[in-house]
Amino acid sequence: MSITLDRPPRGTAHQSAPSPPPWWRGRKAQGWAYAAPTALIVGVLFVVPLILVVWMSLHRWPLLGPATFNAPDNYTKIADNPLFLDAVVFTLKYTVIITVLLSAVALGLALLVQERRPGVGFFRTAFFLPGAVGFAAAALLFYGMLNNEFGPIDPLLQSLGITDEPVKWIGTPDAALFSTIALVLWRFAGFNMLILLTGLQAIPVEVYEAARSDGANRWQIFTKITMPLLRPTIALMLILSVTGSLLAFDQFFIFTNGGPDNSTVSMVMVVYREAFFRFDLGGAAAISVVLLVALVALNVLQMRVLRRSR
Amino acid sequence: MRATRYYTTVSALAVLFLFPLVWSGWASLEDPGDYLEMARFGEGLGTYLTNSALVSAMTVGGTLVVSALGGYAFARFDFPGKNLLFLATLAILMVPYATILIPLYVLLGHLGLQNSLVGLSLVFVMFQLPFALFMMRNAFEAIPRELEEAALVDGCGTFRAFSRILLHAVRPGLITVGLFAFLASWNDFFAPLILLNDGASFTLPVAVVSMTQRTFGAVDYGMLQAGVMTMAVPCLILFLVLQRHYVRGFMSGALRG
Repeated sequence: MSITLDRPPRGTAHQSAPSPPPWWRGRKAQGWAYAAPTALIVGVLFVVPLILVVWMSLHRWPLLGPATFNAPDNYTKIADNPLFLDAVVFTLKYTVIITVLLSAVALGLALLVQERRPGVGFFRTAFFLPGAVGFAAAALLFYGMLNNEFGPIDPLLQSLGITDEPVKWIGTPDAALFSTIALVLWRFAGFNMLILLTGLQAIPVEVYEAARSDGANRWQIFTKITMPLLRPTIALMLILSVTGSLLAFDQFFIFTNGGPDNSTVSMVMVVYREAFFRFDLGGAAAISVVLLVALVALNVLQMRVLRRSR
Repeated sequence: MRATRYYTTVSALAVLFLFPLVWSGWASLEDPGDYLEMARFGEGLGTYLTNSALVSAMTVGGTLVVSALGGYAFARFDFPGKNLLFLATLAILMVPYATILIPLYVLLGHLGLQNSLVGLSLVFVMFQLPFALFMMRNAFEAIPRELEEAALVDGCGTFRAFSRILLHAVRPGLITVGLFAFLASWNDFFAPLILLNDGASFTLPVAVVSMTQRTFGAVDYGMLQAGVMTMAVPCLILFLVLQRHYVRGFMSGALRG
């Protein structure tokens, strides 16, 4: 994190008034008054749940009925949960594939539309527009678009002679993963492109001009100037992509429904199933704590790398 | 020559990205009966639209009020616990969204806000806060101190200076924060799925997803795309109108928080 708080100099005009203001008119109390809603929301809806999730994970906590202390059962039984272990493997695989593809596609798009030329604004908007659609809506859109009877993709591919018969888009584990990747790329490529564009725009034009006058060709400019200067932005994009993918839920819940044969069950889907299908909130909380610790550790690690690459 | 190749490439890509949206719009309109059928689905489209609109309005309103006050506090005041509170707010970004929804479900139950649109909106406000607070703090910091001091000298209290003068100066920031808050609350699926458990209080995404999960009969794909368009069109319009403000959210580096 690069945020540093600068302390404003104490006292402004009104403090030079003849009589000292009562304590509750002082800047400290006023500052607290303005920050109070923030503190209330963060305290009640963030800090308390953070403590509660740990507390819950130490108890047998059914959806209905009283909780009883049972630590560390909820944690030890995670190791015996084959659905979760499979989900870990699947989610990691998905995260690697998505992060690589998404970064590549986003970088390609960003490089295509980084320069000012006629019509480039339209293309930027076109690439980003899927990102304005909600992810749930996007998943349902693909659900219809890839349907064999209703969707346009199968007739299109067949009329082009690419396929002979309707493809089972979510009928086999590999196809379901492939289709989900297509959905996620469509929905998020523009979003990541926008992140990269902000980085590209921050590179001063003079640097490029200097390189060009030194006789550098386009490939040299890309590898020696653009990429090194873009590293912090790329690192940020990777953090967002990795975190987002590890917590994937909507795409698998809505689009593949975890199928076929539980082959596309993500880690967060297991949390949801434990809580609301098996009514075991304690077990769901224990998995949540494990995910939480892993992801915070990963975030801290990535932040370190990000900071070093600045 | 090079220009032709360039425009061919980007146009082909643009078609690829726009095609699903165009298809969905076309598929939903092919039989206008799909919209009529959707309007009668479940508790009725009116209920879901009202729920979604209420949640979005409360989230946008709540986020704006809390982050404007908080942003002002962080930009202009010095108070004990300031850094701690700022870091705690930013920590919301570090903690995976999905992992604290289970305890939030239990907590809201204790607060009498289970299955409540107000409870859901408060949760959305919390999730929006790191971005919003960072954005608003920067916006207030960018205002020249003289503007505020002049108001204070003229006898305004800090609150009057804040509400009469400073809020006008940070309007672009407020629009960006409001836009992000709207898109997040209108579109989110996971939080309402967990926090709302009664069909009559469902928001649009949860209701439309439930169209695919009917136990009897096949999925009505035309109706489904009508649902997709009902969710997507307000966001598409809002994005196209306020695009500049959306991009500023990225430019401010607030995502980096």
